[in-house]
Amino acid sequence: MEDSTSLGQETENQQLGEAARPGEEEAAAPPRDPGPQSSGPWEAERAPDAAEPRPGSSRTRSPGSRGRAAGHGAVSPPPPQPRKPLRALARQDLGAAQQPDGAVSGAPDAGTALPDPLGLSTDEKASASGSQSREDTSPPTQQYRSSSTHSQPKELRTGNAQGEDPEPGASETAPSTLEIAVQNAKGYLFQASSKTGLNLYDHLSNVLTKIFDERPENAVDIIENISQKVKMAHFSKKLDTLQNENEMLPTYEIAERQKALFLQGHLEGADQELEDEIAENSLPNVMESAFYFEQAGLGLGTDETYRIFLALKQLTDTHPVQRCRFWGKILGLEMNYIVAEVEIREGEDEEEVEEEDVAEAEERYNGESEADKDEEDELPKSFYKPPQAIPKEESRTGANKYVYFVCNEPGRPWVKLPSVTPAQIVTARKIKKFFTGRLDAPIVSYPPFPGNESNYLRAQIARISAGTHVSPLGFYQFGEEEGEEEEDVESGRDSFEENPDFEGIQVIDLVESLSNWVHHVQHILPQGRCTWFNPIPKHEEEEEEDEEKEEEKGEEPDYVEQEVGPPLLTPISEDLEIQNIPAWTTRLSSSLIPQYATAVLRSNLWPGAYAFSTGKKFENFYVGWGCKYSVDNYTPPVPPPVYQEYSSGPEITEMDDPSVEEEQAFRAAQEATELASQDNEESGEDDDDDN
Amino acid sequence: MDAESLLLSLELAAGSGQGLSPDRRAALLTSLLLVKRDYRYDRVLFWGRILGIVADYYIAQGLVEDQLAPRKTLYSLNCMEWSLLPPATEEMAAQVAVVKGRFMGDPSHEYEHTEFQKTTAEGEKTFEEDVVVHIKEETRLVSVIDQIDKAVAIIPRGALFKTPFGPVNVNRTFEGLPLSEARKLSSYFHFREPVGLKNKTLLEKADLDPSLDFLDSLEYDIPKGSWSIQMERGNSLVVLRSLLWPGLTFFHSPRTRNHGYIYVGTGEKNMDLPFML
Repeated sequence: MEDSTSLGQETENQQLGEAARPGEEEAAAPPRDPGPQSSGPWEAERAPDAAEPRPGSSRTRSPGSRGRAAGHGAVSPPPPQPRKPLRALARQDLGAAQQPDGAVSGAPDAGTALPDPLGLSTDEKASASGSQSREDTSPPTQQYRSSSTHSQPKELRTGNAQGEDPEPGASETAPSTLEIAVQNAKGYLFQASSKTGLNLYDHLSNVLTKIFDERPENAVDIIENISQKVKMAHFSKKLDTLQNENEMLPTYEIAERQKALFLQGHLEGADQELEDEIAENSLPNVMESAFYFEQAGLGLGTDETYRIFLALKQLTDTHPVQRCRFWGKILGLEMNYIVAEVEIREGEDEEEVEEEDVAEAEERYNGESEADKDEEDELPKSFYKPPQAIPKEESRTGANKYVYFVCNEPGRPWVKLPSVTPAQIVTARKIKKFFTGRLDAPIVSYPPFPGNESNYLRAQIARISAGTHVSPLGFYQFGEEEGEEEEDVESGRDSFEENPDFEGIQVIDLVESLSNWVHHVQHILPQGRCTWFNPIPKHEEEEEEDEEKEEEKGEEPDYVEQEVGPPLLTPISEDLEIQNIPAWTTRLSSSLIPQYATAVLRSNLWPGAYAFSTGKKFENFYVGWGCKYSVDNYTPPVPPPVYQEYSSGPEITEMDDPSVEEEQAFRAAQEATELASQDNEESGEDDDDDN
Repeated sequence: MDAESLLLSLELAAGSGQGLSPDRRAALLTSLLLVKRDYRYDRVLFWGRILGIVADYYIAQGLVEDQLAPRKTLYSLNCMEWSLLPPATEEMAAQVAVVKGRFMGDPSHEYEHTEFQKTTAEGEKTFEEDVVVHIKEETRLVSVIDQIDKAVAIIPRGALFKTPFGPVNVNRTFEGLPLSEARKLSSYFHFREPVGLKNKTLLEKADLDPSLDFLDSLEYDIPKGSWSIQMERGNSLVVLRSLLWPGLTFFHSPRTRNHGYIYVGTGEKNMDLPFML
């Protein structure tokens, strides 16, 4: 019972809150709900009570809100007795629906202490229900009382003002049969559910309150939902405080982090610094490229792009960055990656590189020491020698030309990806996996991928960059000293510079001819490197046959054919088709206003890779799952062929045991000859064993 | 996504990187209104874009009062002139299943497919013949859209409700999923006639609300893990991406009515999914 009253108070409070708003409107609303909140009706009600003592006394005996409604009925010209209760019942709902209003105006009257009127009403109610000796009303009284408390005090006051003490016994005989029927019906409505403890009367009045407050259109269509919601409000109320706090936490966390992004500009206040910063600006104009990509119907939305922009600024501020570019976004299963392509300033990243080398050396060392251990334990030693690992490319060259930073969301810390090794690229070509969004997640695949997701991500980034980073022809040119490098056949020309004389290409030309676009990232050879590494000359003493397992063409033991890829700045028109599908699709961003449109290039090989050019400017961008397109379904490579069985020879074949006769014959022969050949000795041993 | 709230929806779905260029957006806002008027649809959904090699298809769908009634699909190449597509049939799906590769962007383009067919001639000799089957791209388009709709068109729980007489209406009182529910796959339903609901046991059905839970939930989708569910913008946006049909993005901001899905992709099913998880 305590619970129900507290619940009632709660709903009452809620209603108070709700009613405070629409209360004013209500006053101006249709004349049929003048509502008891205005003092007028109360006066009016009191008046007939005084004038007509007989019905008045019967009314005060009846439960509060009904009495009030009956009071309403009394305002209208006194109707014939039998009709009145019907109308009263009809109004009752109206009156009940007005409860919150009554509560608003009633609150000051009834005094600030709510429990008091509650107590009063309890007494009154108890006496009333007791007097009517109706058992079914007694359980719901608590409910009823608690919610109808608002109207009770006034009613009481009315009664008290008249100095009338309801005499239940006296008026027992007064009501007509109809009125009793009404009372019965109402009593039924007050019946509390045995499961939830709610009663229909309160529920209906709450529903009506809600409808009057919100005044939805075609309320009859959605009455079920409203009813459902009113019921749900009972339950959600209590849980809210606990749940919501927890749930909102990550929201606040990211907001807090992003707040730091927006505030970073303020921290370094000095103008001079600002000037320096602007002078040596390594930050790309992300918003500008985003604008052009948006023309092509691509982009992450202005809001997110700007946050990424800020995050990139943070990156360039905290790291020695020479050049920085928003590479793109890779979608993951749990989180996404935002990738920044960065060129670290000369000389700043040396120690990191060394560290990595040390780490790698350690790895190698560990491998060796394990092998040593094996020897100590005298376990059978494997004769398998792994193919000589192809060394990874130095930073600033080939696939490791740039350093990549990733973060899951703008505002979260940037994580530097490890540089890529050829083995990783080679394996990455053979597998097809989704990213999870966690850098340390293992890659479960066949063939096994050397490394975790950060390595796989790096390998895919290298592949995508090599495949899809394109620029208009002539934007880049080879460096001046390139003549000397040309002699170096292996590496080819791997450096280029911006062409200062680049005059731009007509957008139409860019759209119409793919030969106006060139790759400006080196092709990665099947070996997994951009420049070919010949594994043989350095390791001549090692077994040759083991080498170059990864090599697709060169299986000759002595000489591995050099892999040659297309040189740098090759037009993309020479890209291979994917089973009759061209590798690129070009488009003009707008066919409606072609004068100002940009040329848009979409890679069909790497779905999600785009490039745009306005003739002079260009940018590449990737957003997608980080998987290559293939027409056919992915088939994992077959496991390597099973090793040959050990060639069977006499030393491992099992021989039949000689029969007794044979042995005897043999012994006879042996004794006879007394000459032991090599074979005889062996069989002699057999004899010995047998004996 | 609802054509009426196109701009907001596009902004919410932008996390996948695929949107619409400003001129397409403006064109859609204009033309979809006219579509709604001319075809007398109750609601028009902008369905998405299928990327072709030469051109892209823009797809819109018209809904009648009953949300689950068969939808009319329209396509356009320039976002202005819309053409109605015929309804998809089983036959089409079987026919189209052999086509691989990308869409061209030309509805009259014909894919050629050679089939081995055994024909028994009079002399009871069986010949193996190469029969070249021509499949129109329009047929493929119809079928693919239908497949995507059946497989991955989704709505949050409560966005639609079933009236006692059968028709399914938009729930006007839908106020979005609560945050705790928004992260569960069971709060999202397939926006199609239920298939798996009948197979549920009575015990499983006991807790279902017949007016709300009348559709299949994503929970039991096969293969398991064919959805990526993410909270974006610091929990204020749920984004579901289908891995089976990469390119389909569903968004819903919890506690608001905003929800919808858009497909921007090549129109190819990801058959490699089991390897990729």
